[in-house]
Amino acid sequence: MATNDTAPLVEMRNISIAFGGIKAVDGVSVDLRPGEVVGLLGHNGAGKSTLIKILSGAYRPDAGEIYVNGAHADIASPRDAKRYGIETIYQTLALADNIDAAGNIFLGREVLTSYGTLDDATMESETRKVMARLNPHFRRFKEPVKALSGGQRQSVAIARAIYFNARVLIMDEPTAALGPAETQQVADLVLQLKKEGIGIFLISHDIHDVFGLADRVSVMKNGKLVGSANVTDVTQDEVLGMIILGKCPPGATPGPGAS
Amino acid sequence: MTTPATTTVPPRSPATEGSLLSKLEIDVRMLGMLGALAVIWIGFDILSGGLFLTPRNLWNLSVQTASIAVMSTGMVLIIVTRNIDLSVGAILGLVGMIVGVVQVQWLPGWLGFEHWLTAPLAVLLAVIIGGAIGLFQGWLIAYLGIPSFIVTLGGLLVWRGAAWWVTAGQTIAPMDTRFKALGGGVEGALGATATWIIACIASGLIVVALGFARRQRIRFGFPVRPVWADGVIAVLACGAVLGAAAIVNSYPLPVGIARSWAEANGIAWPEGGLFIPHGVALPVLIAVVVGLVMTFLAKRLRFGRYVFAIGGNPEAAELSGINTRWTLMKVFGLMGLLCGISACISTARLNAATNAAGTLDELYVIASAVIGGTSLAGGIGTIAGAMLGALVMQSLQSGMVLLGVDTPLQNIVVGAVLVLAVWVDGLYRRRIK
Repeated sequence: MATNDTAPLVEMRNISIAFGGIKAVDGVSVDLRPGEVVGLLGHNGAGKSTLIKILSGAYRPDAGEIYVNGAHADIASPRDAKRYGIETIYQTLALADNIDAAGNIFLGREVLTSYGTLDDATMESETRKVMARLNPHFRRFKEPVKALSGGQRQSVAIARAIYFNARVLIMDEPTAALGPAETQQVADLVLQLKKEGIGIFLISHDIHDVFGLADRVSVMKNGKLVGSANVTDVTQDEVLGMIILGKCPPGATPGPGAS
Repeated sequence: MTTPATTTVPPRSPATEGSLLSKLEIDVRMLGMLGALAVIWIGFDILSGGLFLTPRNLWNLSVQTASIAVMSTGMVLIIVTRNIDLSVGAILGLVGMIVGVVQVQWLPGWLGFEHWLTAPLAVLLAVIIGGAIGLFQGWLIAYLGIPSFIVTLGGLLVWRGAAWWVTAGQTIAPMDTRFKALGGGVEGALGATATWIIACIASGLIVVALGFARRQRIRFGFPVRPVWADGVIAVLACGAVLGAAAIVNSYPLPVGIARSWAEANGIAWPEGGLFIPHGVALPVLIAVVVGLVMTFLAKRLRFGRYVFAIGGNPEAAELSGINTRWTLMKVFGLMGLLCGISACISTARLNAATNAAGTLDELYVIASAVIGGTSLAGGIGTIAGAMLGALVMQSLQSGMVLLGVDTPLQNIVVGAVLVLAVWVDGLYRRRIK
């Protein structure tokens, strides 16, 4: 399964979490190498988002371990995850609607002046720089993000994830709310970040999205891992079979959830 | 209240088009409130035959507003985080009672009567007890997950009951003379010279702050508003400050008090009497300083940014690594602390500690914040707006007192205005979207 010899940037081993007796994630193992895009596929409710929320520190797993660069990582909160260079673009974007773009990008990591006050000027200036790269037409720096369009809000969420030199980027349904042109923009960005050596978990239920961008796919069903495969070793139909039937094709490494 | 208006309604494209208001980057909503206040003031002045807009009435109005205005600044932050505090009046009652007992029964036995330390110690104690009660309620809300409505509804009964227990219902009076200054009155009037000095310093600071903000934006190459617009804002803000100083300085001390003051200072009492101005009242100065400090907390510090982020999207705040529980606990602690300050102001003003002090204050404080544009859905609100809201409410009440309107009718009017204000605000918000 390994495509090269570099140590995994992130490895999640035998992760399990249950909510009220229902095992949302059950013994799942996935890994990610530098400069690699791993598509995480599955139906709604398959446990993709839950798995990824464990990596981003929003949930604590009941069992299992996380390794970052081969070393055991204790991720108890979103702050911990960020310390390991793990940034997340949530499906809901997780923006504070009443605050402007700069406030959101730096939320929880504000730049302070030497007096300990918010350095809004520096934050706005940095925001202008990062937004110029992501969305050159963006002008509404002073407005609460509530006033922005879906695509603009998306770029704010992306800017927040990439500004702090992420090494691992988790994108949860990044194109769900976007039009074709904006979807293409996100795809270009993924390729660019990949070139910079960032590892990306791409979560989607749209298999076409994932096949164009990912190096590998991991498929989940009912909280369990059906299997993982290089995209070159399997066909889209085979992956569809994994998602719907939990059937692992010969080109893939089966997981505990394979039938 | 006289800081440069924060720009919540920025111009769409400041360089090209835009009305006068968008060039000035003035908050239209705030302007609307000032307009409403002007209508109320002028209306009452006409109805009362010129009694409302007199230095004397405006001075009294400012003193009457202080206590509620101080607490409303904390209520804004509480409501912004999608919570409510129904216990502020009861906390005020309990702290007021304790402050009274401490300075009338405990401290004199230890320091002697009218010791200069009595007032500072009493205030310190008020702030500590108020803050501790607030933190405790905040802990119940943030860490135990009990809804703030329930915790503070319980608090309303608990602290009011505790206020009664302090002296088994007895009223405590009179207060220490220096402490009484906190309530305004003759002791708490700062006089003309001090008032002019404060007003001039405030004006200077406004100009410096505007200039600094402008230089900062130029340094980073951000769009700036035209020079004339900054100039107009500076003139308006300084004019408001100096105008207020002129008004409070044209309200003289009553003849009897002026005469005894003259005697005490060895000044001969002239034929036509002496014109000794009140100047700004200490509680009003306290309220203004509290407003500035709270605005600073809300706008310039991490804490304020987190408070608004929690109100805008609690989940997002949590996911960005903000310690939302501790932040929430601090917000309630701050509210309690402000209740402590208000307890000092109202106890000093009444010159007595009664266990009924602050009854129904929670409703006035919440109403002030809401009239001042704080959204009960959370995430939106300004300190200045809430203080202006407090002024609008107090104006309505003292205007009706001036007209001799019966108390029940006063309540009916204030209640109706609250509902009306929120309706108009909702209309306005839907329009600008």
